[in-house]
Amino acid sequence: MGSRSLGMTPPSLRDTSPADGGGKRFALAEWQLALPLALAFAALFLAPLLLLVGVSFFNDDKITQPGFGSWVKFFGDPFNYKVIGDTLLLGVKTVCATIVVGYPLALVYLDLGARLQKVLLFIIIMPLLLSVVVRTFAWIVVLGREGMVNQVLIGLGLISEPLRLLQTELGLVISLTQIEMPLMLLPLISVMSRLDPNLRDASAALGASRWRTLFTVIVPLSMPGLVAGCLLVFASSTTAFISQTVIGGVRLIYLPLLIWQQSLVVYNWPLAAVASLSLVVSVLSVIAALSYLGRRSSGHLHG
Amino acid sequence: MGRKRSLGDISYSLVIGGIAILALLIIVTPVVVALMTSFTEGRSLKFPPTGFSFRWYEQLFDASQSRQIHKAAGNSLLVACYSTLFGVVLATLASLGLARNRHRMARVADSFFMSPLVLPGITFGLAALVYFSTLGFRPSLDLMIAGHLMVTMPFILRTTTASLSQLDPALLDSSQSLGASWLYTLRRVTLPLIAPGIAAGAFLAFMASIDNVPVSLFLSNARTDTLPIRMWGMMESTLDVRVAAVSGVLITSAFVLMLVMEWTVGLTRRMRD
Repeated sequence: MGSRSLGMTPPSLRDTSPADGGGKRFALAEWQLALPLALAFAALFLAPLLLLVGVSFFNDDKITQPGFGSWVKFFGDPFNYKVIGDTLLLGVKTVCATIVVGYPLALVYLDLGARLQKVLLFIIIMPLLLSVVVRTFAWIVVLGREGMVNQVLIGLGLISEPLRLLQTELGLVISLTQIEMPLMLLPLISVMSRLDPNLRDASAALGASRWRTLFTVIVPLSMPGLVAGCLLVFASSTTAFISQTVIGGVRLIYLPLLIWQQSLVVYNWPLAAVASLSLVVSVLSVIAALSYLGRRSSGHLHG
Repeated sequence: MGRKRSLGDISYSLVIGGIAILALLIIVTPVVVALMTSFTEGRSLKFPPTGFSFRWYEQLFDASQSRQIHKAAGNSLLVACYSTLFGVVLATLASLGLARNRHRMARVADSFFMSPLVLPGITFGLAALVYFSTLGFRPSLDLMIAGHLMVTMPFILRTTTASLSQLDPALLDSSQSLGASWLYTLRRVTLPLIAPGIAAGAFLAFMASIDNVPVSLFLSNARTDTLPIRMWGMMESTLDVRVAAVSGVLITSAFVLMLVMEWTVGLTRRMRD
């Protein structure tokens, strides 16, 4: 690059020089290769979403009277605030659980040899390729009344009656921890394996304990991966319809279930539209806040 | 290392190692337990499973008893194949056009095309239902292909763009300065070099389509439902043990597929970086 741009014409002039005219036309043609996708995207993604926003501004389920009625109705009901709060809280709990359980696994990954690293990575990615329905089903078998957890606890004599784990938030968070774990681990491992191993040796040589090295060296440096993992897990767990309905049951109501009920059971599309836009806004605003914090913390490190 | 190990270091190994083992157990156990349960002789999902038999697999593969499940699986495969095929064409073209474009608009377009990954799937599912119904379409596999295309195409775009940005521009320059046309360079230099990236993306997109719930939930009806939707129905109602057999089949095929992808395009490496 350097040697070539030492030529006579500065880069800004090269585009307009006659000799490069062909090059410019070529660049334009190359850009146009994105047009088919852009058209499909506009017709099949943007248009439906814009229509959804439009539908939310109708008062009745026949979609005849425009107005703010559905918004007023949705946000006038305290029950809906509870549903939004529960949904966001479920995301926060799952994020915390995946950090607590997943972070040490990422640390161990760093210390393994290349061969074992490959095996571990395979084990981590494998569930990701398994249908969410299959992973949810697996947890029904594990957490059910006659499931593995209860049988083991009864066998050990720790409990006499089977615990109720399905259709509780605890069971749901445990299941989501496994279901979403790869989303936390992949970005973490990606960032952590790029860290200079000398940093840890230097910290140890200067007399820091391994705990101190962890919290003052590794955790701050792995922040970008941690934040990326939190974003993915949060977004995925708050919208995990299948796991929420099958493991959580019908008494734990989160926004996705509410949207499903309003649209496919009650057929009130305006209200369903309001609920689903609230889901987008609340999830995306948490994500925006998280990634802002993440950028600030990594900005401190490099700046 | 030869230094005396303090109490803190030992506690570090115990705590970190202990939780890491717990994490591995949490990841692996449910999959193994589900697989074991699928071989049960009994009619319930008790653990440990009673006896060993293939009865649920036999029932699952029996054409007359499980016709609806077979139909749903066929729908899933059909939708996944077509949406991946369209996705490969559209996303590869788009990343050829945008990956090395330095213009600000190119980056804006790129993040626009990636946005289906961030948007809650259920919101897009509902939007697609409202949109297609307003246009007067009835639920059909075509609509589902269109919907799946939008939410799976970003995977192909991402891996293809990553391969293109690792491509040494000198190769393209030398091909062109040796007189090769743009199309010839694309066919003989660019495409062979980015093919593993496209393949990895196509694989991820295919799996995402097979797994998709939110879009299928809104765009399917009883005739056009996909495997995950049917399984969801089976879990919600009577908890049919055939779900365990379906899971067994899916677990095994995911495992085999992943080994194949690992050998051919190095999937794990691509997903880590």
